[in-house]
Formats: sequence, C-alpha cells, structure tokens
Amino acid sequence: MSLEMILFFVLALIAIGTAVGVLLSRSTVYAALYLVVNFVSVAIFYLLLDAPFIALSQVAVYAGAIMVLFLFVIMLLGLENIAGELQWQKMIWPLGMGAILLVEGVFLVIQRVGQNTYIGSTGTALSDPALLAKVLFTDYALPFELTAVLLLVAMIGAIVMSKHEKPVKEGQPR
Amino acid sequence: MFLSESSRFFTLVPWIVFAPLLGMVVNMLFGKRLGEKGIGTVASLAAGAAFLVSVLLAVALAGHPEGAIVKFAEWIQIGPLALDWAFRVDTLSVTMMLVVSGVGTLIHIYAIGYMREDVRYKNDPGRYNRFFVFMNFFIAVMMILVSGDNYLMLFVGWEGVGLASYLLIGFWYDMDTLGRPSWANANAATKAFVANRVGDFGFLIAAFLIFWNIGSLQFDAVFAGAPALAPEILLLITVFMLIGVAGKSAQIPLYVWLPDAMAGPTPVSALIHAATMVTAGVYLVARSAPIFSLSHDAQYIVATLGAVTALFAATIAVGQYDIKKVLAYSTISQLGFMVAAVGMGAYVAGMFHLVTHAFFKALLFLSAGSVILGLERGHHQGHSSDAGDPHELAEPVETFDPADMRNMGGLRRQMPVTFWVYMIGTLALAGIFPFAGFWSKDEILLDASLHFPHVYWILSAAAFLTAFYMGRQVWMVFFGPARHPAAAHAQESPPVITVPLIILAVLSALGGLINLPVSGFQQLGHWLEHTLSEVELLPFNGAIAGLSTVLALAALALSWFLYQRKPLETGDPDPLAKPLGLAFVGMQNKWFIDEAYQFVIIRPYARLAKFLAETLDWDFLHEWLHDSIIVSGFVGLARFLADPVDLGVVDKISTLLADWVRETSETLREMQTGFVRHYALSVLVGVVAILGYLLLK
Amino acid sequence: MIPISYYLILSAILFSLGALGVLLRRNALVIFMSIELMLNAANLTFVAFSRLYGSFDGQIFVFFVMAVAAAEVAVGLALVVAIYRSRNTIDIDSMNSLKG
Repeated sequence: MSLEMILFFVLALIAIGTAVGVLLSRSTVYAALYLVVNFVSVAIFYLLLDAPFIALSQVAVYAGAIMVLFLFVIMLLGLENIAGELQWQKMIWPLGMGAILLVEGVFLVIQRVGQNTYIGSTGTALSDPALLAKVLFTDYALPFELTAVLLLVAMIGAIVMSKHEKPVKEGQPR
Repeated sequence: MFLSESSRFFTLVPWIVFAPLLGMVVNMLFGKRLGEKGIGTVASLAAGAAFLVSVLLAVALAGHPEGAIVKFAEWIQIGPLALDWAFRVDTLSVTMMLVVSGVGTLIHIYAIGYMREDVRYKNDPGRYNRFFVFMNFFIAVMMILVSGDNYLMLFVGWEGVGLASYLLIGFWYDMDTLGRPSWANANAATKAFVANRVGDFGFLIAAFLIFWNIGSLQFDAVFAGAPALAPEILLLITVFMLIGVAGKSAQIPLYVWLPDAMAGPTPVSALIHAATMVTAGVYLVARSAPIFSLSHDAQYIVATLGAVTALFAATIAVGQYDIKKVLAYSTISQLGFMVAAVGMGAYVAGMFHLVTHAFFKALLFLSAGSVILGLERGHHQGHSSDAGDPHELAEPVETFDPADMRNMGGLRRQMPVTFWVYMIGTLALAGIFPFAGFWSKDEILLDASLHFPHVYWILSAAAFLTAFYMGRQVWMVFFGPARHPAAAHAQESPPVITVPLIILAVLSALGGLINLPVSGFQQLGHWLEHTLSEVELLPFNGAIAGLSTVLALAALALSWFLYQRKPLETGDPDPLAKPLGLAFVGMQNKWFIDEAYQFVIIRPYARLAKFLAETLDWDFLHEWLHDSIIVSGFVGLARFLADPVDLGVVDKISTLLADWVRETSETLREMQTGFVRHYALSVLVGVVAILGYLLLK
Repeated sequence: MIPISYYLILSAILFSLGALGVLLRRNALVIFMSIELMLNAANLTFVAFSRLYGSFDGQIFVFFVMAVAAAEVAVGLALVVAIYRSRNTIDIDSMNSLKG
C-alpha cells in the first residue's frame, strides 16, 4: 500500500465522514463547517488527479465564497438550530433508495471502468493551468461568455428577490 | 385653307357631351345659389356650347366630308368584344347634333321664361333648378346617342334619354296635368318607361344578334360584315331593331306612351317628345341603313308600319280636345312619315323631314305652351280681379284645364305673336307651299310613290288628316269667340318665350331651303351622301306635289267649313260627332287602344303576376315548398342531428372522455403533495431505475 | 497509482449521501448544502475521467459547474431569505401550498 493510497483512503474517510456529518448534524452551522472540510478534502483529490487549477478554484469558490454565503445567511436569519428533524418512520423509502443508488453506482463503476488507472498521457500536461486556459478561451470561449451573463443574471435576481418589498397601500397604483 | 385646317375641330367632339354635363353639374352643385336667371343662363350656355361645337364640327366636315372617328377612351375589353368610347363624326351624326343642340338651345331659352311661370302656378319654385339639370342631362345623353361609334354606345345614349324622358315626364310627379294631387303624372312617366323598356328589349336582342353573327358592335365592322349574313338573320335583326324603334319613336304598337308623356312640362314635350328623342328611332334606322338596305322584306315592314302609324295617329288627333294631345298624336303621325321614309330607303327624305319636323313641331309645342301660359295668366287674372288675394287663388277653385281647346277661342287678338308663329307652324306641318313641311313631306311621298305605292296612298290620307286636324286646332284656338273667361283675359307671353318662337318660326318657314328638290339645291342630300351609301336625289314632281297641296288645302277648307263657318260656342258638341258617329267616338277615345292594352295585356299580365306572386310564389314556394318541405325537413334533420347524433354519440364520446380524464386526474392529483421531498424522492426513484437499466443491460 | 474506480466509487458514496441529505432533511439550508455535496461528487467524477482520458474537457466542465453552482447558490439563498421573510420558517414541509 503506497503512501499515495494511504493518503487517498484517509482523505476518503474524511470526505465520507464530513458528508455524513452534514447529513446528520442538528446545527446548520456545524453542517456548513462539515461541508467546508468535505470541500477541502475533495480539493486535495483534485490535486491528486493532476488538476491543480480546479483544486484551487474549489477551495476559493466553494470552500470560500459559497460557504461564506451560507454561513452569512444562517447568521442573518438566526437559523443555527432546528428542532424536530429526522423522523425515522418516514425514512424507509429515502434510505432504501439511497442504498440501492449506492450499490448501483458501485457496480456500474466496477462493470464499466474496472481497475483502469490511467489511459491517456499522465503528468504535467494536464496540470498546466496555462494549457487549460488556452482551451477554455478558444474552444470554450462562447460558453465562458455565457457563464458571465449567467452570473450577472443570478446577481440581479438575487438582489431583486432579497430586496425588501415596500408595503403597497390600498388604492395606490404600484 | 381654312377648310383644310378645320379638321382640328374634330377633336372637339367630346365637348358636345361634356358641355351639357358641365352645365348639369354646375346647376346641381350651385343651383340653389345661382337663382333662377343664373340657372337658366348656365343651362342655356351649356346647350349653346354644345351647339357651337356642333357647328364647328359641321365646318370641319365641309372640308373633310369623310368625317372622323375620335377615340376618347378604351371602354370594354372582354374576349372578342372590344369597344372604344369613340365619337363618330360624320354628316349624319352632325346633322343630328345640330338639330338636337340647336333646337335644344332655343328650348332651354324658352324654358327660362316658361318654367318661371309654371313653377309658380304649380306652387313649387324649388323644382326650377331640377328641371334644367334634367334638361342638360338629356342633351348630354342624346349627344352620346347620336355620336356613338358603336351600337352599345348608342344604347347607352338610348337608355339615357329614356331616363331623362322618364324624369321629365314625371317632373310634376305628385300631381296630375291640372295640378291636382295625384299620381297621374308619375304613372304617365312609368308608362313611358315601361313601353320604352319593351322597345329596348328589342334593341338589345338586335345588338346581341349582331354581335353573335358578326362579332363586333362597331358600326363600320358591322356594316362590312352584314352583307355576308343569311337573309333570315338580317330580317331578325331588323325586326328586333324595329321593336326598339317602335318603342323610342312611338310607332304602333308601342306608341301609347307618347300622348301620356305630355304630362311633362311643355318644353319637355317640345324637345324630347317631339323634336329630338323620339327621332332617335329614325336615326337608328338611318344609321343602320346598310343593314336595312340589304333586306327588302325589312324595308317593306318598316315602311308599312310607319305609314299605318301615320294614318292611325292622325285619325286620333282629329278627335282630341287637349291642345298638346293633338300635337302629340300629330308627332306620332309625323314620326310614322319619317319611319316610313327611312324604311323605304329614302334616308335623305327621312332625315330631311326629321329636321324640318324638329323645327315646326318644337315651334308648335312651344307655342301651345305659350297659349297654355296665356290662359293660365288669364285665368288667374280673371279670378284675382274678383277675389283680391292672389295667394289663395293658387288653389284651383274650379277644375280649369288651360290645355283644353274647348276653353279657348279668339286668342289671335290677345296673343298676336303666338298666333302668327303658330300659323307658320301649322302651315309647315300641313305641308303648304313654301313652308318647310311641304318640301320634306313631298319628298317622302315622292319616294313612296316610286317604291311602295300602298305606302304612298296611306301617307297621303294621313297628310290630308294632318292638315285637317291642324286646321281644326287653329280655328278652335285662335278664332271664334272666347269660350271661357280665361281665354278672354289671356295675355301674350314675354320676349324670353316669344323670341325663340320667332326664331323657330323662321326656321320652319325657310327650313325647306336646305334640300330643295331642284338640281343644285339639294344640299342635305349631298351632305348626307358622304355617310349614307345610297342616296336618291329625286327631281321635283309636279303631280305628287300638286296632289298633296290640293289635299292639304282641301283639308284646311273642310276644317274651316266645319269649325269656323259657324264658330263653336261654349258647350257645343264637336261638329264632327254627328256625321262620323261611332267613328268619332273611337277617335275621341284613341280607338280604345289603351283600354284594349289594359284588357289584352296589362290585366292578364297583372293577373299572371298576381298568380305567380300569390299562388306560385307564396302558396307554393313559400308556404308549401319552403315552409313545409324545406323548413320542416331541415328542422327534422336538425333535430335528428342534434338529439340522437349529437347528444347521443358526439357528446357522449366527449363526455366519456372528460369523465375519464377527470377520474384519472383525481387519482393523479394525490401524487402532487406539495412536499418538495416527495418530488425529489420520485426523481431519485427514476435515477435508480435508469441506473438499474444501465447496470442490467 | 490509485485506480480511477476508487475515485468513482468515492464520488458515488458522496453523491448518495448528498441525495439522502436532500431527501431526509427538512431544513432548506441543509438541503442546499446536500445539493452542493452532490455537485461536488459529480465534479469529482469529471476530474477523474479527465485524468483517465488525459483531456481537459472534464476539468473545464467542472469549472462551468462551479460557476453555475455559484449562481445557483446566490439565487437559492436569496429565495430562502425571501421565503423566511414571508413565512418566518424555512422548514420545507411547511411549504405545501401547491398541493394538488
């Protein structure tokens, strides 16, 4: 068992453990923190998979921006704890389905991918952010621009929805 | 030089139509503001402009006698039918234009004065304008009639003058000829219109036949194609055309409308129902001369019909008391002369008589109008001297007929100008040397003696009667004692009326000069020679002329013997009544032709119409076929379709479908719990299913 | 060398846990977090396959997923805020007014 393999299993345990933590934790703040840990461990997986740019984006965007946003909303609304969660008698279907999904996923992987490790070239080419950027800004230039538009629209939408609506007085035109 | 350049005038020809139309439009739009003098001036100027153009055209024709066809616009282009709106300028049409616009202008001027008084006696001065609008309209459409270059354009004018005639006969549509409230005048107008319609039917059939057999309606093309036609076709065409002629020119059997047409104001009687419109039939025959000349049978029929009409109408004229009715029957009779002439192929003689007749018959009618006005004046004055208030007198206290010759007498003293012009007209009509009628009638008689002897004898008899009834009229109207106070107080008409009369009198006296039967003086003959292919210019025949003159003088003498030797007193019976007995009753009552038509045609027709309307249309079609069969059948079918088919089958299907959909959705809505997690779970189930499928594939 | 299938099985486990989170929790915020978890699991497979086939496409797809996820979170959290303002709760079981 190589050092890399040990690292993988440790990280995998951390990722699964934090995911279960998100699932089970009574406090939303804890859930958010578990999630951050999960994101970071996944970012390390990305590094192991020769994707340093994605790994850093994962830390910056997910673990940084998105989770801060979550925590911000939690604090803003004061929703740290929610009682009366998890009623087990209602969970048979979801749990059953989740288990079947997991089994199916695992078997699919074994069936289709098997013990394949790496098919294409390994090493430096994939991990070069400059090459990634080249592909991103040539072949994927249009989706990239559309993503910018999407983010703008999302921003405007978020502002519109979270704005306080002024109470409408009777008989007055809007 | 001048003559060679005069052909430019040909292009002016549309103005013979547009000038009167312009006058009509001006009076329609601004008549209310122009005042009576303005209206009359505009209308007369419009007619005068048409006359001026006609004169210019005549000048142009003098230099270019072959004439011209002036195309104004393309008109109809349907398959093989290609017609232009083109004006035909040749000697024949220009002769008609000159008569129509010349006499028309004089009558317009006359009408300025006449209608001024007439609208006041009839208590409706507002109609003054309308009269001149109609008159200008008549001139315009009459010009279309005479100037058209094809039968269809001629037909447009033909119908147009029929409309103008209808409008003007019914001018006082809400009263009878004596001014009493009644629909008599309107009925007279309708009668004229319907009788003309019968004739128009004949004209149309003739036009259809021409187009069917020759393929064109343009005159030159028709005349070029006519000789190739079978004789039976030619006879059919001419006979149907003759029906049209009989309608428009008041020949047997369709003449009955013309006497009733006297319901129109007197200028109308003079212009339309004596001088111009009624001669349209004569013009049509003369225009179609190449067709008629091809068929001897047709010529025979036309000539005989004209002659018989001439004699028949003359006998009726003898028995009439209404001054205008006498002239009306006289017109029918003289039209018979013309039709007989053109029927015989004596087109020049026919046209000659047409022109002179236009002069002297217009003169006689207008003079008769003057007499009637004079009597009206006398009547009103006679009353106003007793009663004082002239306004009340507008309501006729007693029924006074100012046109009844039995109310007249001795007018030569009160109305000297009218008397003298009337005398000239009478002598011209009676055919006394050297007045216009003598020459033209003589020419017809001469032609008849050469071609159709029986026509000659009939026409001679008619000529005798003509002189007799005119003599009778003159004696009754102008001589003897006044048989009514109105006649005693009659007054002469103003110059606006008498001046046209004098001009017409001069024309009537000297009109014969245009075609003296002396070699070198037959101008009209040579003039028309350019248009009419066959023109006979006959030398003067002393025997014929002498005989007709002797007959006319004898008739005048006889009338003097009967009516003037012992003048009629008020209430006396007609001196003819005793010797002629039943025959005079017939003459007086127009030989009961109107009653016969009523009995033979109108009443059966009305009965047929009533049968068709009430029994066939209403009882059978409406009540039985429509209501019983169609409606109830339809209702039954609709009920069947509605109840068993629609409700039972169609609705059932959709109801069942709707029920099924509702039940299904009632079940399915349970799935829509509103809980997001249920939806998510169903998505997950789907995912699991798909993955399972992939796994097991 | 770690076989790619390990990563794939790991991402299957993470995805299933995220799915369970969506199905089991009533707190809208936690559900959101679980969705992020599922997105991450999917991203992991993308990167793994990118590595497997030596192509950038998987990484670029992850990049776009992140952008979309960021937009989704922004709008989603704004919705949560708006809902909380009007109903004073974010328990999604209390929101069933669209029940059929």
